[in-house]
Amino acid sequence: MLNKIYDWVDERLDIAPLWRDIADHEVPEHVNPAHHFSAFVYCFGGLTFFITVIQILSGMFLTMYYVPDIKNAWESVYYLQNEVAFGQIVRGMHHWGASLVIVMMFLHTLRVFFQGAYKKPRELNWVVGVLIFFVMLGLGLTGYLLPWDMKALFATKVTLQIVEAVPLLGPYLKILMAGDAAIVGAQTLTRFFAIHVFFLPAALFGLMAAHFIMIRRQGISGPL
Amino acid sequence: MSKNRVSRRQFLNYTLTGVGGFMAAGMLMPMVRFAVDPVLKANASGDYIATNVKVADITNEPQRVDFTFDQVDAWYESEVTGTAWVFKNDEGKIVALSPVCKHLGCTVDWNADKQNPNRFFCPCHYGLYEKDGTNVPNTPPLAPLDVYPYQEKDGILYLGKAQPREGA
Repeated sequence: MLNKIYDWVDERLDIAPLWRDIADHEVPEHVNPAHHFSAFVYCFGGLTFFITVIQILSGMFLTMYYVPDIKNAWESVYYLQNEVAFGQIVRGMHHWGASLVIVMMFLHTLRVFFQGAYKKPRELNWVVGVLIFFVMLGLGLTGYLLPWDMKALFATKVTLQIVEAVPLLGPYLKILMAGDAAIVGAQTLTRFFAIHVFFLPAALFGLMAAHFIMIRRQGISGPL
Repeated sequence: MSKNRVSRRQFLNYTLTGVGGFMAAGMLMPMVRFAVDPVLKANASGDYIATNVKVADITNEPQRVDFTFDQVDAWYESEVTGTAWVFKNDEGKIVALSPVCKHLGCTVDWNADKQNPNRFFCPCHYGLYEKDGTNVPNTPPLAPLDVYPYQEKDGILYLGKAQPREGA
């Protein structure tokens, strides 16, 4: 049945080369944990991507209930966590995944660094990877405010004070982030929400695409 | 053992697809269940809501009865006002009609159109209903007005959730 559907589509669109480009690649022996167990260090990039997928999916589902409004944000989070079936699990995935994605990304960075895999010709991919790191930190930072509880509020106040300490531009950057010169409130929450669910994910998708295309072009770095 | 030997490649394919599918399902199942929760949540029980009308005061003439109740909308609670047209029919039974037009949901009014006295009139598309709520043929509505089930407690009128009736 599935084969027939596949053949039907393939006959018309010739999709075999498409998925072959994406999926059909030999794994070199030195990155295959079945050959050398120590090759598990090559998994961290893939794990980062896997957790990113979980973050995107669970985040999409969370926005079905969440509202970025100072009166309702906390109430809606409380509702989705305690009244909706599996709410605790879906929010838990997003909450723990946020930390785990940073951990995995850090391990991936360490591997690339200590293996010298960032060296020519892969310098550009290192740069893109560092940009992804910053975007991920930004996602963690903006997402932290969204539950709108005391911890979120005061953490964001501290963040804004750090931003304010930037030389010359600090005060302007702070207002740009908070939406108000003095208040951390309604406009801060909507701004952080927009950044968290639209701006940074868009940047992340672009950077990840560049990251993966470059891996395909250059191949995995050789054995040590 | 069957005669069709499973090749190593097939075995690995099946195993990896199975394990991968299981993991994907474990990831997606909570999210899907989370999303469909409103569909599976039991409807709020049809509580009867007290109006401020004494049953003894109900006449043959439809009167507008407003009743307020607490509506819980997930994390948002508010006081909502409902409306009913209440009267006693020829047999002396209480009738409480919903004011929501069955055409496109505007609000009907009693005796509002001078050319159609003693009828419910919808100003949006000139829908008409007789006093008992049945729709007048050749006007837009295709069904009679919904009816509130009612109860009498301590002489006060209580209304339930409006129910549709068979079409005329």
